[in-house]
Amino acid sequence: MTSPARPLPTPTPETREYWDGLKRHELRIQRCRACRRAYFYPRPFCPYPGCHSQDVEWFTASGRGSLASYVIVHRGHPAFATPYVIAVVEMTEGGRMMTNLAGIDDPTPEALPVGAEVQIDFEDVNDALTLPSWRLVKSGV
Amino acid sequence: MFDSRELSHKVAIVGAAETDTVGVLPNHSVLQLHAESAFNALRDAGLTLDDVDGIATAGVSPAALTEYLGIMPRWVDGTAVGGGSFLMHVGHAVAAIAAGYADVVLVTHGESGRSRVGAAGPGRTDSTPGGQFDAPFGVFGPPTMFSVPIAAHMARYGTTEEHLAAVSVATRQWAERNPRAMMRAPITVEDVLASRLIAWPLRLLNCCLVTDGGGALVLVSEARARDFPKPPVWVLGRGEAVQHTNISQMWDFTEWTAAARHTGPEAFRMAGLDHSAIDHLMLYDAFSHTPIYAMEALGFVKPGEGGPWFAEMRSAPGGTLPVNTNGGGLSYTHTGMYGMFAIQEAIRQLRGEAAAQVDGVQTSLVHAPGGMFSATATLILGNQ
Repeated sequence: MTSPARPLPTPTPETREYWDGLKRHELRIQRCRACRRAYFYPRPFCPYPGCHSQDVEWFTASGRGSLASYVIVHRGHPAFATPYVIAVVEMTEGGRMMTNLAGIDDPTPEALPVGAEVQIDFEDVNDALTLPSWRLVKSGV
Repeated sequence: MFDSRELSHKVAIVGAAETDTVGVLPNHSVLQLHAESAFNALRDAGLTLDDVDGIATAGVSPAALTEYLGIMPRWVDGTAVGGGSFLMHVGHAVAAIAAGYADVVLVTHGESGRSRVGAAGPGRTDSTPGGQFDAPFGVFGPPTMFSVPIAAHMARYGTTEEHLAAVSVATRQWAERNPRAMMRAPITVEDVLASRLIAWPLRLLNCCLVTDGGGALVLVSEARARDFPKPPVWVLGRGEAVQHTNISQMWDFTEWTAAARHTGPEAFRMAGLDHSAIDHLMLYDAFSHTPIYAMEALGFVKPGEGGPWFAEMRSAPGGTLPVNTNGGGLSYTHTGMYGMFAIQEAIRQLRGEAAAQVDGVQTSLVHAPGGMFSATATLILGNQ
């Protein structure tokens, strides 16, 4: 019996530009042209309270951000080797995304300070799909 | 504009019961757990299914439940936003009874969380926001999702693993006094910290149980509330809110914004009470950090003071404000949507029939999340 595969995403019309961008190793996200804030995940309007404008645009983000929070998973999805890190990154331009932290073999809380600077990696899963992963800009803080 | 304060003390819970036992019940389907709870709660009120004209439930569809029970209610609420749904049902039932939409409302919960008997499986989710943006990164049930905000709370406020452990220890002390609780052996902070890591900072003893069971409530208007075998438990205040579904989209990882902004203030305002008037708390403890966030969001302590407050054992037997006196989701039972059990214990305390009875409880505040901090609901109940 094989263990369950890693769950993979299926884009919707509203999110396809993001997923297509990742395949080109570009971080394509959206920002509001009214309040100028970036947001994630993709949808054709600004999700921020007090704005909700439908005048939004796609842009290529810097791929820089900070570690907003995380867990170090010791009992997790069977497709993943433990321990692994599920992190949420606050992108510099705005918006938060869940991801895995790459480049850390033995994650510890001491090595992963909340607020640490992170940058995007692109993980080519197969010909049709690239997932984002992020890594610490400076490891061993 | 209508004012919710006019509905305070207008509807009462006159029947309340759980399944005969809770824990491991492989001989009950999900629907039978609902039904057993319903029969027990109606018997508690001296009523029958034929008296019920309003129904509310989560986890199964109200239509499936009415078919199984053989009733045709004229008011229905299927709000299903996770474990706190039943608190919302009570709030909705107050309005429905006051509006004349129903006279006798039955709220049921049943879940075969451990044995998975008669339980539906998960559907396809790969194109949902969660399926696209969270699932690919190895989220694996609530311990890997509900836990994500904690590191941010620790970084901002200095909350520690010892604080988290203290919540489990204090709650276990209540469970030691409750024969129905699944986990009753005393534990220490050291025991919690020595239990195996699940998703740092959560360890096994920071995580709720996974059990089978159910519970049900019967609500009627003030006009009839004193005509039943048990003294009425009044719904004094309620509040509810929802803010997200995927944990990555929580508005602020260091505070439970929706609870702080809506459910606490609205419940207190409707009840016309302040914090000093609350004798007893039930704070849904899916994990050790949930009560810490709830204490802070509801204003019982200042932001960041939740961890130290529990570490001082103030919530434990003999403490200043009893919390989770049944032993909580951590040690009593946790079917998956535990909110019903939090309400049941508040009622037992207000009736004076709890296993670990606290002296002189006249008011109890019940708070529960739905999903991963996604929803929040508060009830203030009283016996006066």
